[in-house]
Amino acid sequence: MNPSMAGSLAEPDYLNHETTVRSWLLTRDHKRIGVMFLVLVIFALLLGGTFAMLLRIELLTPGPTIMGPMTYNRVFTLHGVTMVWLFMIPAIPSAFGNFVLPLMLGAKEVAFPRLNLASVYIYAAGAALTLFGMVWSGADTGWTFYTPYSTTSPTAVTPILLGVFIIGFSTIITGLNFITTTHTLRAPGMHWSRIPLFVWAIYGTSVIQVVATPVLAMVLVLVALERVAGVGIFDPTRGGDPVLFQHMFWFYSHPAVYIMVLPAMGVISEVVCAFSRKNIFGYRMIAASTFGIAFVGFFSWGHHMFVSGQSTFGSGIFGVLSMLVAIFTAIKIFNWVATMYGGAIDLKVPLLYVLGFIFLLTFGGMTGVAVATTSLDVHWHDTYFIVAHFHYIMVGSVLMAFLAALHYWWPKMFGRLFPERWAFVAACTIIFGFIVTFLPQFLLGNMGMPRRYYQYPSEMQWLNVLSTAGASLLAFGFGLIGIYLLWSLRYGKVSPASPWGSRGYEWFSASPPGPHNFREPPRFEREVHDYTVSEAPHVY
Amino acid sequence: MSTETTPWREYFGSRENQSQAAQLGMWIFLGSEVLLFANLFVGYAVYRYYYPEVFVEASHHLAAGWAAVQTLLLVTSSLCVALAVHYIRSGRAFWMGVALLAAMVLGLGFLVIKGWEYWKHWTEGALPGEYYRLAELPERGGSLFFTLYFLLTGLHAVHMLVGLSVLGWLVWGALVGRYTAEYHVPVEVGGLYWHLVDVFWLFIYPLLYLVE
Ligand code: HEM
Ligand SMILES: [Cu+2]
Repeated sequence: MNPSMAGSLAEPDYLNHETTVRSWLLTRDHKRIGVMFLVLVIFALLLGGTFAMLLRIELLTPGPTIMGPMTYNRVFTLHGVTMVWLFMIPAIPSAFGNFVLPLMLGAKEVAFPRLNLASVYIYAAGAALTLFGMVWSGADTGWTFYTPYSTTSPTAVTPILLGVFIIGFSTIITGLNFITTTHTLRAPGMHWSRIPLFVWAIYGTSVIQVVATPVLAMVLVLVALERVAGVGIFDPTRGGDPVLFQHMFWFYSHPAVYIMVLPAMGVISEVVCAFSRKNIFGYRMIAASTFGIAFVGFFSWGHHMFVSGQSTFGSGIFGVLSMLVAIFTAIKIFNWVATMYGGAIDLKVPLLYVLGFIFLLTFGGMTGVAVATTSLDVHWHDTYFIVAHFHYIMVGSVLMAFLAALHYWWPKMFGRLFPERWAFVAACTIIFGFIVTFLPQFLLGNMGMPRRYYQYPSEMQWLNVLSTAGASLLAFGFGLIGIYLLWSLRYGKVSPASPWGSRGYEWFSASPPGPHNFREPPRFEREVHDYTVSEAPHVY
Repeated sequence: MSTETTPWREYFGSRENQSQAAQLGMWIFLGSEVLLFANLFVGYAVYRYYYPEVFVEASHHLAAGWAAVQTLLLVTSSLCVALAVHYIRSGRAFWMGVALLAAMVLGLGFLVIKGWEYWKHWTEGALPGEYYRLAELPERGGSLFFTLYFLLTGLHAVHMLVGLSVLGWLVWGALVGRYTAEYHVPVEVGGLYWHLVDVFWLFIYPLLYLVE
């Protein structure tokens, strides 16, 4: 095929080769499945964001503002549940992983396309059940469902537990599919040492998903059974042990924060290269540290239980193990910075989010080391310091990487460019808004404001007002992004095959890719992101 | 289009590769299943540590003899499944079907015994949580033992039901001539699943019935 023909308009792409509703709902194309997930998780983000705004408005004044205390408990639970289980965990792997992972490997499909479609519907079913619980009467346990309160709360905890349980299956299937795909569907020339770092990150994430999710699934079932049949596993009055719940829950949920953060790191590794015009510094170190994080992540759950009556020795061990994660994370951060150093920096919108990411991750990570120090954590436990910490590290990284990925791969997915200037304004608003929202919460926590409280002493008001102001900026930024992205779908400039001049392997396909990804088998003859060779824009 | 109905999917490049993918996928799935059960094993360990005497006493309420029979049935059925895989590898679809049917009958026998045991516990009141009415054993510990007992054996039974439908589906495939010496990935993968069900029982059986 003549390279100059590449990307010519006449060729059908995965979006327009079939357009019936049925062809979407029953598709086995990983790209369409990725798009379906993208739409679903964006809805989850909107819903969770609405709850967040309600919380922040309530906290605008020291006393009651717009809702009663019981409603407040429900709203913060629904916010946490929606954001964690419906948005952050599936967002990057299920949406972008599905879309670009096979492209990056030169594969035509994922290993099990039918299972892949099933995972969308399982996610949707779980989300529907969760929403049903929310509408019915909401839950007031917090997203962590701590026993024994969650086993006795009169609110609709059971449907929410089961909804999250079902979503877990979707996660396991997706992880299983990605691992198998990476092992068996790499195109000729795609050696293990060439696999793009995004794929490595998704691969590591998938391992955590298949190992940890079943544990969570069982815990949720146990809590549900405890509510329905009073089985007594976590109920002290029946001889059960409520702390056992915390062990099992955090055995999953600590690694779960890496299910969220590792894919984000994968996105960053790609975007950093593309806009620094340089291959990544320390490819092996970044890939290896992914597995270091995944591994150590399984042995640090006890840092959530410093005040649960765990032995001091145990806490000490868990504290030290947790700090190891910081070392692996620092390896990545240094390598990203080293990649940018001496690169031909092109400060486009995706890279802006990378900078936001690096700042938030570093700050959140350092406060993580602080709270992993047992003596300090006793002071900060269950205060806003923790809320600020986990929002910086997990929300900051997932959100920044999600937006980076959305902008970086937007032309790949839809063949249109977004308006750069508007996107730049939105990105600045989001990053600034995020910092203004959560920085005051560190201070509030340090002053002793407990998390999940509805009222606070009036001396703390100005910090709360600041935080709410930041949240409003965030909401404004999101609104802006929504508007210009939707606008660009119709009116945006048609994108060339590789609008950023990126040398990432996924750009070997047309933008948007054809229904079978490639017209001819792609040839991987150089390292990913090799900007030293001059390359004709050949689309396979 | 036609790749949708033929058993070989072109995007795998080669048949070996597709077969490898299927096996790898199944192994990963089995790994996650192990972790699903792991929770209950951990729970068992914890509460056995809290209530050692009660747990030993409670295990005497179980029919260890019948459990030995169950074990025998299950291990034999696993053997049949292994034979089925062996037969189809050399293209003998008929014998594969026969071996799988035998495995199913043995599996059903296992479930019948299990059902009978459950019925006995029901009449005794040896039930989980709120429903516990067994007078001879203290409720603290006793009800936890039976909770874990029902959870472990019940989860196992659910897996057996799934396994039985998988085997039934394979038998049907053998009848319509879907499997040949060249194409038998589903038989191997389904067989793996049945072996896993067997292996779980080999952990559950000593833990609940035998440990003193
Ligand atoms: C729009 C900006 C956001 C604001 C203003 C906000 C605000 C809040 C507030 C006020 C809480 C309750 C803290 C408490 O009472 O304990 C909270 C909790 C939480 N938020 Fe956010 N949030 C925002 C965005 C997000 C996002 C985007 C995510 C996830 C992607 C997220 C995840 C969580 C989690 C996991 C909790 C913990 C819930 C709990 O412990 O009960 N938040 N957030
Ligand atoms: Cu943690």
